[in-house]
Amino acid sequence: MPDHKIKRGVSFYSYQEEYFLGKLDLEGCIAEAAKIGANGIEVIPEQSFDSFPHLSAAELEAWHGYMSKYGTTPVAYDLFLDRKRYKNRLLTLEEGVESVVRDIKLASKLGCSVIRVIINTPAEVVEKAAPYALEYGVKLAVEIHSPMRYDHRWVNEHLEVIHRVDNGFLGLLPDMGTFVARLPRVITQRALREGATPALVEYIEKIYQEQPTDLHTLAPEIAWRGGNPADLTLAGEAAWYNNLDPRVLLDHMPYIFHIQAKFYEMTDDLVEYSIPYDKIVDVLVEGGYDGYLSSEYEGNRHIQDVQEVDSIEQVRRQHEMFKRLLGESDTAEKKV
Amino acid sequence: MFDKYLIVDGSGRNVVDDGKVVGFEVDARIAYYRGLGLSMVEDVSLTVDGVTFAREDTTFSVHGNTYRLDDMEQVVDDRWGFSEKATIRVSTPEPLSAGEHTVTLSERLRISYIPMPTVTRDTKILTVAGA
Repeated sequence: MPDHKIKRGVSFYSYQEEYFLGKLDLEGCIAEAAKIGANGIEVIPEQSFDSFPHLSAAELEAWHGYMSKYGTTPVAYDLFLDRKRYKNRLLTLEEGVESVVRDIKLASKLGCSVIRVIINTPAEVVEKAAPYALEYGVKLAVEIHSPMRYDHRWVNEHLEVIHRVDNGFLGLLPDMGTFVARLPRVITQRALREGATPALVEYIEKIYQEQPTDLHTLAPEIAWRGGNPADLTLAGEAAWYNNLDPRVLLDHMPYIFHIQAKFYEMTDDLVEYSIPYDKIVDVLVEGGYDGYLSSEYEGNRHIQDVQEVDSIEQVRRQHEMFKRLLGESDTAEKKV
Repeated sequence: MFDKYLIVDGSGRNVVDDGKVVGFEVDARIAYYRGLGLSMVEDVSLTVDGVTFAREDTTFSVHGNTYRLDDMEQVVDDRWGFSEKATIRVSTPEPLSAGEHTVTLSERLRISYIPMPTVTRDTKILTVAGA
C-alpha cells in the first residue's frame, strides 16, 4: 500500500433515520463516529439544530465540548440554498450570496473548514461569495452529485469560476454516487414491493449496465413495453444515476477539498453493492488526495417501509471497508 | 421519504374549547431529511375516514406558533425543524367518536433543488378518546 494522507469521517446525514426518530441525539452521533475512528465530522446544521440558523452560544459551546470529549474534528458543513424560498420568484443574486455568507460565518463558528455547496447553487453566487470564503478561511466546495458529470454544462460554469478566481478557497466536493456501476439493490427491491414488474425491473437493470448514456429514453420505452407506474418510476430514477470512470477525479485533484462517500448498501461481505470503492480509493491514492472520505449513507429511505434501519451498522461496515482499502490495521498506530 | 413516520403514533385527538369540540388534530413530523422554512411548506392536509378537510379549515402549529396555511406562504423567519413535531389542526363542529379512525396526512414541500414539489402521505389508524 503506497503512502497516503486520506482520512476517515462521517456525515451525520448517515444517521438521519436514528436522529429523526430520537434514537440518537447530537452527542450520540459524535460518539458513534468516534467509536469507529471516523473522526472527521460532516454536519448538516439544518438537520442537527432546530434553532438553525440562530444557534445559541450554549449550543456552540456544547458542540466544541463534544469534539474535545470524543477526539473528533469538525470538517464539513452542508449548506442548502433555498432559491424557491418565495412562491412566486427565485432568490435574487444578492439574496443568494447573503445566504451563502450566512453559512460561511456559521461554519466558521462550528470550526468547519469546508462547506458543501449544493449543486443547484448558481456559479455567480459562488463567485460573489468567494472573497468571504477567503476572509473566514472556509472553503466552498461545489458538490458534484449524480446526475451531474464533470463535463456537464452546469458544472463547467462552476469550473470556470473555480479556475478563474483560483484563491485556494473555491473547489469541488465529489459525491461517489456518480460511480454507480449497477442499480442499487435496495432501490430495485423497493420498486418490486411497490408493484413493479419483475421482468421489467431486470430489463432496466440490464440497460443501466449496458447502455448508461441512453437512460433518458428508458421511461417512454418502458411505457411501450407495458410498464405500470412503479416500472415508470424506476425507469425515471435510473436516469438519475451515473456510472462515470473514477479516474475522472484525477483531472481535478488539486481542487477536491472533500469527498462524500455515498453508499446505499454495505453487504455482509463489507463491500458496497453498487459502487467500486476499491477503484475509487486506488485513484485517490494515486492522485494524492489528502482530505476526508466522509460516509454518506442513503439507504434508509429505501428499506424503512419493511425493516428497522441500522445506519450505525451500515456506517461501521463502510469504515471496515475503508480501513482495509486504506491499509489501516487495527494494531497499527492511528494516523494523525 | 419517512412516509410511515409522518403521523406521530397515538396523536389523534379532539380539540375542545370551552366545553365544545371545535376541531381535530394530529402531531406530525416533516417528510424531509432537514428542517424547512415555513414558506416552503406548501400544504398539509388531513383526511379522516375518507373526508378531506379544506385548506381554509386547516392550521399548522410548531413550537407555539400557529399559522393559517395561506399566511404561511409569506413566513420566511420561522421553520419546521427536523426533530420537531408540528400540530396539524382542522376545525370541525363534529367530534370524532371514541375509537378507531383512519387518518391520512399529506405533506407538500417545495424543495429548491427538485423540479417539482414533493408530496408524501402517511395513513394510520388512530384511536381517539371520546370528546
